[in-house]
Amino acid sequence: MNIVIQNGRVIDPKNGVDRNSPLFIADGKVAGLGEAPAGFVAGQTIDATGCIVCPGLIDLGARLNSIEAELAAAVAGGVTSVVVPPDADPPLDEPELADRLVHRGAEIGKARVLPLGALTLGLKGERLAELAGLKKAGCIAFSQASTPVVDTEALLRAMEYAATFDFAIWLQPQDYWLARNGIAHEGEVASRLGLAGIPVAAETIAIGTIIQLVRDTGCRVHLTRISSAAGMALIQRARHDQLPITCDVGVHHLLLTENDIGYFNPHARFCPPLRAQNDRLALSAAAASGLAAICSDHTPVGADDKLLPFGEAKPGATGLEVLLPLTLKWAEAAKVDLPTALARITASPAEVLGLPSGQLAVGAVADICIFDPEATWQLTPETLKSRGKNSPWIGYMMSGKAKTTLVGGRVVY
Amino acid sequence: MHNPQLNKDGQLIHLLSVEGLPQAILTQILDTAASFMEVSARDVKKVPLLRGKSVFNLFFENSTRTRTTFEIAAKRLSADVINLDINKSSTAKGETLLDTIDNLVAMHANLFVVRHASSGAPFLIAEHLQRIGRDDVHVVNAGDGRHAHPTQGLLDMYTIRHYKKDFTQLRVAIVGDILHSRVARSDIHALTTLGVPEVRAIGPETLLPKHLDKLGVHVFHDMNEGLKDCDVIIMLRLQNERMTGALLPSAGEYFRHYGLTPQKLALARPDAIVMHPGPMNRGVEIHSAVADGSQAVILPQVTFGIAVRMAVMSIVAGN
Repeated sequence: MNIVIQNGRVIDPKNGVDRNSPLFIADGKVAGLGEAPAGFVAGQTIDATGCIVCPGLIDLGARLNSIEAELAAAVAGGVTSVVVPPDADPPLDEPELADRLVHRGAEIGKARVLPLGALTLGLKGERLAELAGLKKAGCIAFSQASTPVVDTEALLRAMEYAATFDFAIWLQPQDYWLARNGIAHEGEVASRLGLAGIPVAAETIAIGTIIQLVRDTGCRVHLTRISSAAGMALIQRARHDQLPITCDVGVHHLLLTENDIGYFNPHARFCPPLRAQNDRLALSAAAASGLAAICSDHTPVGADDKLLPFGEAKPGATGLEVLLPLTLKWAEAAKVDLPTALARITASPAEVLGLPSGQLAVGAVADICIFDPEATWQLTPETLKSRGKNSPWIGYMMSGKAKTTLVGGRVVY
Repeated sequence: MHNPQLNKDGQLIHLLSVEGLPQAILTQILDTAASFMEVSARDVKKVPLLRGKSVFNLFFENSTRTRTTFEIAAKRLSADVINLDINKSSTAKGETLLDTIDNLVAMHANLFVVRHASSGAPFLIAEHLQRIGRDDVHVVNAGDGRHAHPTQGLLDMYTIRHYKKDFTQLRVAIVGDILHSRVARSDIHALTTLGVPEVRAIGPETLLPKHLDKLGVHVFHDMNEGLKDCDVIIMLRLQNERMTGALLPSAGEYFRHYGLTPQKLALARPDAIVMHPGPMNRGVEIHSAVADGSQAVILPQVTFGIAVRMAVMSIVAGN
């Protein structure tokens, strides 16, 4: 069906578009901006008065524990593609599992599901999973989720093997030994509250190792959920050296620090941990400059797994439905203009993935988010479609709400 | 940020941590404890302040001394005391901490004395009680992970005040495994709140938390330097498991550098007192000649501990 989106402010960061004009969609693709293509007859008109029309959000990290609810949550948050880490139960280490996930996602027909295959069997960091088979089944790259590869030789071989086929590897850099007993950033707050610390060196040592192996193997690597200023500085230098390395930050890390743990708030437990204010500012600068993409790191955790003492509570927060408002909140606080902020959740992740989506050029796939930037709403467990009601923002007011979401030219929300 | 220990009027309803409590409340606890010292010396060692109330000792981690002193304190306040050794009961069957609490609240518990291996566990319980609207049920932290042991911190303050009178002229050294010590954290907050001008931490880098200076503490690695002219020395217990990892080479090497010997004690003020939260490792952190010497006040600490725990329980839950 042909659709025209009227009266909206169209922001397409990748192509430098920011203007009020109608957007025309035909055959699941963007057919025109401003002027209707020849012979266009709209079957549906969407009124986007007061709204912003931008590419659908691409989330570089969302766990889909209950896939139907989480994909509904995605499109309710304006997210049209989700990258799914392999740390499901069971881990995504066999082609059949990936195949099933992709088909289930297509069947549900909400956000696109882009699975990351397990790099190693059972994510144990020992034996390689069948990477080519997983790729064929629809995995876009390979990852250990938040589990490190302890054995450096295994990591080297995995990168050599991946480089052979030009597969990308996604790694969350965290030294196993330095992080294994820790539950919070090794800083002032952990010292005060008596929480075992995870030093920044846990991240920088892992990044240093990975950078060296990228130099040696040429393997493409995406580093996920960077948490420290020092880590970001290493990545910046590697980029300067033209190494094929990209990175992302979780949106919560752009807004929160170790101080938000307060009196042991389990909702402020993250992996990697929230770090100090200077770390937060460096992550913010990296996101502003385009060094890092922004993702939700959506991690639904049941209430029983959060109502525990801080160190026993599962880390992570719900993210799909707050990625947009929290990115807007960050942009406002960090004085980042709206098109740049939107680029970090659309064009930048598309670039990481090497996908042509994340833009609204004529011919691009019509994955679109229409949101009201002024809409304010209170985040409560009831407002979330996700099964994960775990958020440090429960009770807070959010600004920015997706009104309509299209995937492949179909209205899915 | 709301401090869950205080009600809207700023009164103490739980004792979870010394941190964040105003000086007036600490002084109130110490003064109340002083008034209870006389009770323990009577033939009939009882006052009716908690008569009809049920105190549940919830020890998720083993302890003999602390549990016993809480039990004695509660009984001297005329409370009914129920000791629960949770290691062997509910949680072994998979019950969550808050389910256990709900069950005990249903049994009309008035006060929980909680020891738990996880830092922050008593905060979780206090917040839960607030959420379910039971502000008539109180929590006293008897030690949570590495975080806090506020009644030990307060009994240490009582001891210091007893022997030194004025906090504002003192130099206090805390020696040993501060990283893993909940006692040290409570002592540091109590000392700085009560106006001690110089608090020192002495230990090897592996046993000191990062950013200790942010808590207002001066760090010393050399014990001879750190003890110089101190009025109070608080020795900490070195757990056996600390000597098996990479934190320390051996008990012997630790004792040579950080064990309190008569020679090292001589560097402090001649009237310095030596404290220890117990149980002591003789020959590891403290030489027997010091532990049994005239400057040690380790046993009076235990006696004062009962009065301090009576004071805390009567203030948070008294009739």
